[in-house]
Amino acid sequence: MTTLLEIEDVSLLYGRIKALHGISLTVDEGEIVALIGANGAGKSTTMRAISGIRPVASGRIRFDGEDITKLRADLRVRRGLCQAPEGRGIFPGMTVMENLDMGAYTRRDRPEVAKDLAKVLELFPRLAERRKQVGGTLSGGEQQMLAVGRALMSRPKLLLLDEPSMGLAPMLIQQIFSIITEINQQGTTILLVEQNAQQALARAHRAYVLETGRIVKEGTGAELLHDPSVKEAYLGVA
Amino acid sequence: MNSVREWIYTGRHAVAERWHNAPRWTRWAVIGAVIVFFYALPNREFYQWLGPIPTTGSNFGQVLFTISIYVLLAVGLNIVVGFAGLLDLGYFGFFAVGAYTVAVFTSPSSDLKTLWPWLLALPLAIALTMVSGVFLGTPTLRLRGDYLAIVTLGFAEMIRVAATSSEFLKGQRGFNQIPHPPGSYSDGKPIFGVLDPRPYYWLVLTVIILVVIGVRNLNRSRVGRAWISIREDEDAAQLMGVPTFKFKLWAFASGAAIGGLAGALFAGKQNFVSSQNLELLNSIIILAAVILGGSGNIVGAIVGGGLVAYLIERFRGIEFFGVELYEYRFMFFGLILVVMMIFRPQGLIPNRRRAAEFKDRRKEVIVGG
Repeated sequence: MTTLLEIEDVSLLYGRIKALHGISLTVDEGEIVALIGANGAGKSTTMRAISGIRPVASGRIRFDGEDITKLRADLRVRRGLCQAPEGRGIFPGMTVMENLDMGAYTRRDRPEVAKDLAKVLELFPRLAERRKQVGGTLSGGEQQMLAVGRALMSRPKLLLLDEPSMGLAPMLIQQIFSIITEINQQGTTILLVEQNAQQALARAHRAYVLETGRIVKEGTGAELLHDPSVKEAYLGVA
Repeated sequence: MNSVREWIYTGRHAVAERWHNAPRWTRWAVIGAVIVFFYALPNREFYQWLGPIPTTGSNFGQVLFTISIYVLLAVGLNIVVGFAGLLDLGYFGFFAVGAYTVAVFTSPSSDLKTLWPWLLALPLAIALTMVSGVFLGTPTLRLRGDYLAIVTLGFAEMIRVAATSSEFLKGQRGFNQIPHPPGSYSDGKPIFGVLDPRPYYWLVLTVIILVVIGVRNLNRSRVGRAWISIREDEDAAQLMGVPTFKFKLWAFASGAAIGGLAGALFAGKQNFVSSQNLELLNSIIILAAVILGGSGNIVGAIVGGGLVAYLIERFRGIEFFGVELYEYRFMFFGLILVVMMIFRPQGLIPNRRRAAEFKDRRKEVIVGG
C-alpha cells in the first residue's frame, strides 16, 4: 500500500504558544485514519496544518509523493487534498447548490462535476430536498452534511473531516459515520478528527491519540478500542 | 409600530417578488424609463414639474454632477466592501490619486509642464490608481481583519498630507486650468465648458452605466463567486481552493480603478484640484453610503450614494427658525445612520445573501454566548 500523506515532526505555533510539538503520522491510500483526543489537544490544529490554513513552524508534510509544507492552501486543494471544516464552515448566504458548486471551484471538467453532484445528492438525500435553501438556515446536521458533500465535490484523493459528528443527535451521528464509511468504500482516503472516539475507532482502520500537541498512542482502530488507557480517557468506561 | 413594520416588510417583498417574476421586456422597459428619467433630470423644462425635489440653494445641474460622482464612487467601493467584504476606510485616497494624476499631467501650473489633453491623462490616471491599489493591498491583504481598515485610513491621510505640504503637489494653491474633456457641438462651441454642468453630469451618468454593466458581469462570473465566498468565510473559501489573496487584491484594485476614474472626471469638470478637496470625511461618507444602500448590492450602492449626496446638498439654503440647516447636515446624517444600523443593518436594498449572512452571524453570537 502506498503512503498518501506523511507528516514528519510538525510543530505549529499560535503566537508564542506551541500548539503542536513535533507530531508525525501517515495515512495510506484507501484508509480511514482517525485522530482522537480531548478538547484542545491539537486535533483541529493538525488539520489546519495539513490543509495549509496555518503555516507550520517546523517539520515536513508530504502528500502524494510531493513536499507540500510550503504550498498555499488553495494549491493543495488542486492536488487533491480537501477539508470539510468543522461546525459552521459552510457559506451561510449561499444556497445548498451554490455551496456544492463552490466545492468544485478548482475543477473545469463540467460533465464529471455533474456526475459527482448527482452522487453527492444521492449520498445526502436531505441536501437534495433542500437544494434551494440558503445554507445558514439549515439545521446543524444538514450543515455538517453540506460541509462533507461540498468537500467531496472537489473529488479529493484525501478527504479531511474535522469533527463531522459535532453537535449532532445520536441518530444522526450513526448516519454520518455510515456515510463516511461508504465514501471510503467508494475509494476516497479519509483522515478524520473526532471527539466521539467510540464511533471513530469503530470505523477507522488506524488511529492516533493526541494529547496536548503530542501523539501519545497509535494503533489499529480495534486495538485502541480495547486499550485500557484509551477506554478510561476517551470512551468513558473504566 | 410592529404592524407598520410588517406592512413595509411584506410590501417591499411583494415589490421584489414582482420584479423577479416580471417578464424580461417589462424589466428592460422599467430600467430604460429610469435611465431616460435621469438623463432628462438636469433640464429645467423637466425638473420644474418635480416639486420640492430640485435643490433650492444651488444650481441643480451642478448638484446632480456631484451626486453622480458619489454614485460612481459608491459603485466602486461596493466591490471592495460589499462583494469581497474588505473594510476600506480610505477609499477617497484613490479618488485623489486619479484627480492628481490628471492635474499633474495636464495643468500649466504643474512642474512637469507636459500639458497633456484630458483624454490622454485619463487612462494613465486609472492605471496609476490601480497600481497604487495593488501597492497598498499587497502587504496588507495577506493579513486578516482590522489591519486593512487602519492601513487604508493611513493611506488616505498620507495622500492628503502629501498634497497639502509637498511643493510638487501645490498644497492649497492647487492646480488650475486643467483641461476639459474634448468634444464640440456642430456650431464649434465646446460641449464641456465652464458654465453648463449638465454635459459633465451626462458624461458621468454614461460612465456609471458602463461601469455597472461591467461590474455586474464580473460579479456573476467565477471572480464574483470567489469574492462572495471570501466575504462569507475566508477559511472555507481557501479550503475550497480559492486563491483568496489574489481575489482580494483583484477586488481592491478594481475598486481603486473606479475611484481613480471618478477623480479624473472630477478634475476634468472642476478644472481645479487642490488639497482642500481631500477631507477624510469624504471616505466616511462614501462608506456610509454603501452600507446605507445595502452593501453587496449594486442597486443598493447606487441608491445609497445618490441619496447621501443628495440629502447633504438638499439641506443647503433651508432655514428653520432662523437656523441654517446646512450647518447641521452631518448631525442629521449621523442620526439617520444610527437609526438605520439599529433597525435595518443590512441596508435599504440588501443583497439576498448579505441578509442571510447577517442572520447567521446573529445566531452565532447567541450560540457562542
